[in-house]
Amino acid sequence: MSVESLPVLKPNDFASDQDVRWCPGCGDYAILAQMKKVLPDLGVPRENIVFISGIGCSSRFPYYMNTYGMHSIHGRAPAVATGLKTVRPDLQVWVITGDGDGLSIGGNHLMHAIRRNMDLNIILFNNRIYGLTKGQYSPTSLLGAKTKSTPMGAIDNPLNPLSIVIGAEGTFVARTIDTNLKHMGAVLKRAAEHSGTSFVEVYQNCNVFNDGAWDYAKDRDTKEDTTLELEHGKPMIFGKNRDKGIRLNGMDPEVVQLGKGITEDDLLFHDERAPEPSLAYLLTRMRHQDGFPEPIGVFRAIESPRYDELINDQIEQAKASKGPGDLEKLFTSGDTWVVE
Amino acid sequence: MSTVTEKPTQQLEEATVRFCGDSGDGMQLAGTQFTNTSALAGNDVATFPDFPAEIRAPRGTKAGVSGFQIHFSSHDIYTPGDTVDALVAMNPAALITNLGDLRDGGILICNESAFDKKGLAQAGYATSPLEDGSLEKKFKLHKVDMTKLTRTAVDGLGLSQKEADRCRNFFAMGLVFWLYDRSLDPTMRFIEDKFGKKPEVAEANRRALTAGYNYGETVEAINTQYHVGKAELPPGTYRNIMGNTALAWGLVAAAHLSGRRLFLGAYPITPASDILHELAKHKHFDVLTFQAEDEIAAVTATIGASFAGEMAVTASSGPGIALKGEALGLAVMTELPMIVINVQRGGPSTGLPTKTEQADLFQAMYGRNGECPMPVIAAASPADCFDVAQEAWRIAVEHMLPVFLLTDGYIANGSEPWRLPEVASLKPTKVKYAEPLANGDGSNGETFLPYERNERLSRPWARPGTPTLMHRVGGLEKQDITGNVSYDPANHQHMIETRAKKVELIADNIPPQKVDGPESGDLLVVSWGGPYGACATAVHAAQAAGKAVAHCHLRYLNPFPKNLEQVLRSYKRVLVAELNCGQLRSILRDKFLLDAAGLNKVQGKPFQVGEILERINTELAS
Repeated sequence: MSVESLPVLKPNDFASDQDVRWCPGCGDYAILAQMKKVLPDLGVPRENIVFISGIGCSSRFPYYMNTYGMHSIHGRAPAVATGLKTVRPDLQVWVITGDGDGLSIGGNHLMHAIRRNMDLNIILFNNRIYGLTKGQYSPTSLLGAKTKSTPMGAIDNPLNPLSIVIGAEGTFVARTIDTNLKHMGAVLKRAAEHSGTSFVEVYQNCNVFNDGAWDYAKDRDTKEDTTLELEHGKPMIFGKNRDKGIRLNGMDPEVVQLGKGITEDDLLFHDERAPEPSLAYLLTRMRHQDGFPEPIGVFRAIESPRYDELINDQIEQAKASKGPGDLEKLFTSGDTWVVE
Repeated sequence: MSTVTEKPTQQLEEATVRFCGDSGDGMQLAGTQFTNTSALAGNDVATFPDFPAEIRAPRGTKAGVSGFQIHFSSHDIYTPGDTVDALVAMNPAALITNLGDLRDGGILICNESAFDKKGLAQAGYATSPLEDGSLEKKFKLHKVDMTKLTRTAVDGLGLSQKEADRCRNFFAMGLVFWLYDRSLDPTMRFIEDKFGKKPEVAEANRRALTAGYNYGETVEAINTQYHVGKAELPPGTYRNIMGNTALAWGLVAAAHLSGRRLFLGAYPITPASDILHELAKHKHFDVLTFQAEDEIAAVTATIGASFAGEMAVTASSGPGIALKGEALGLAVMTELPMIVINVQRGGPSTGLPTKTEQADLFQAMYGRNGECPMPVIAAASPADCFDVAQEAWRIAVEHMLPVFLLTDGYIANGSEPWRLPEVASLKPTKVKYAEPLANGDGSNGETFLPYERNERLSRPWARPGTPTLMHRVGGLEKQDITGNVSYDPANHQHMIETRAKKVELIADNIPPQKVDGPESGDLLVVSWGGPYGACATAVHAAQAAGKAVAHCHLRYLNPFPKNLEQVLRSYKRVLVAELNCGQLRSILRDKFLLDAAGLNKVQGKPFQVGEILERINTELAS
């Protein structure tokens, strides 16, 4: 089929007929808009795309996409997607989850989906709060966070989503921000194009229950000092004046001022294709509250065998060695006897 | 090989043998080999493997005793037998825990060398029962030093003592094979298949087997050989089959005949894991087995595979099914076809993992939040699992819903002869997906309606990849017809009633209930699942004694066959026999406002024929 014969789709072709019902001002709108913008560029017909979600505000996402979709149950979207992708590797499968859905009740499935490296695109909307249940702290809420369920402040350590993903052998690890539309679009596109499980953390603002959680990373005046845009093969430079960088001091990263004897060559160079995930992991550990810029972009993108391909390869191998399934042969395998 | 014995041979109608020993003694293997050999010899057979949950409990303890019972006969049989005619006890713990089932005058073969001071103490014997004369009074006792005889038999093969001792079960087998005039050939073939790559082990096992056989022929104390003739089974080709295997094959056949891929989502759990193991062998049938990270992933992946348009199955046991509860609600809500298998075991909680029970009927019927009915069907015997698997798929597809299929540990691990079906006689379940819309762009106002219903109230199955049918499903309440999310009060009631009605309508699509025996009378024995065989045998015995008793065995538990009430009301009394505290009885009473008595047992063991017969007689006398 020639490229010309494919219908050219527009973002609106991906909009379902359902009214979008997130709170006005929610960061989810921007993600939805970017998704609709990115999908036409990928050239995958709508009917071959499936969005699977769990429960939570973010998980309403599939209802708003004119593709196949399932709004499943709390935390289980990666597992639903696993069954789907196993039997139908031809489909493009997206998993939409949140910090509560993906990292709390569904933490186990998330970890295992990532290690299997099926060709899934997992987008985790991180707003550091339970929104749909109206404001309890989540696994990514900071220590001391005062919420409805933690009036004196949260006392459990937050999880760092991307550290978990790397620990689970993630092959595509990325982060973006709901208000950085261009960046988000580029990251989503790369996630879709990656062969294997892509995991994207989106800093997403819940303007009702946790407004401003990511202001430091979004504010026009501060964002260049508080975030670090990762580029493959480039030194890690950031800051309004592009005069700060990340240097490795022994096993630890440190922020250094360029000049006064420190040059670009002293800095860490980003290598998203490094087979060892140690440096990527170290990047996931850089937190704003510890005085680091938080990296955005692609932390890691490596090729690795995919479960969905391997399981189907085994089917083909079995057919090649045993011949296609034959019930008669199955029934008579082993010891049989005849009663006249 | 089979030699003509010089000892007298006694013809028997039937016999029951039990091998028991430590869980490392290879008793399950011995039992399986004896079963296959008896089946190949033309007997009808029924088996009951009984093993502990621990893989290796401390050696020689009562906790570690593993047994395998085989009932073989020259006529139709339905149970592994109430009492045992010959018992092989490999150690004192096995003897003390199994002796109670040996009939008076039965044959008792004990591995003498295991009855040492330590072994006796572990079993709680103060003195050796082999020496105090107590056993000889009641049984035909044969003390055989199997350890020594086996070591001698394998001498010169360069095996360590531990390896040599591992061949003891083959010695025991050989002896019992002689006792019941069985051919060694099938087991010789098995040894070659299983140990062919380790020639010295294969040779050792062959020698041990032969030594046991020759011991029977030679030793004077064993003075009679027994022979059980061929059973008159309907003509055909047969094989011996275990319930879990039959279930797996039924699933393979259903998928194959439907032209669908078969997806199994499963997490290891006793006694259901063998379904996963068996299906994993049949990848060339387009069978994809997914060993999930947990029970919830197993069922939700199954839902994903069903949404994708393939034959999707999840298999577990009670504790796993409990974890799947929420997801089953999603399956009901999304109205997708799939099979949910529960190989029941003793509960609650972890309960008795390796023992049988039927106490998950309520769980299958009601164990989900909200009004969430699911059809429930149950297999009656190991071979019946093959048919029931296909039936579950037929109902799932024709009615577009998840179907509960119940078996239990007794059926799952038990075996019986299975007459191989003609492949051409198997009925394929036709899968019909929704067709793309003619004007998919909606230009003529046509849109896909995922919850539009047919006369069975079932909705279309629209598989991803089909243009124009893009739609979203989920756990939120659906508006009927459109499938959009709806909080409308009247719609919610309508949908709850629709989902219930949908299950009820299955009753139009299943055969009427039959009874075995007179169409009316004094007593109807009702059963479901594993107790089929014991109930059938007991009822036949009562009928032979001239009693007006019939047997009604239910495959369909939700919905019931349409004529069931009429059947139940045709008898003066109804007795429901089940391995729980009366779950089916409660449902029957609830549904039909009908009195029914219960015969209930929750000991992790199947019913014995005798206890059912006794209760039948009590019911008739009162």
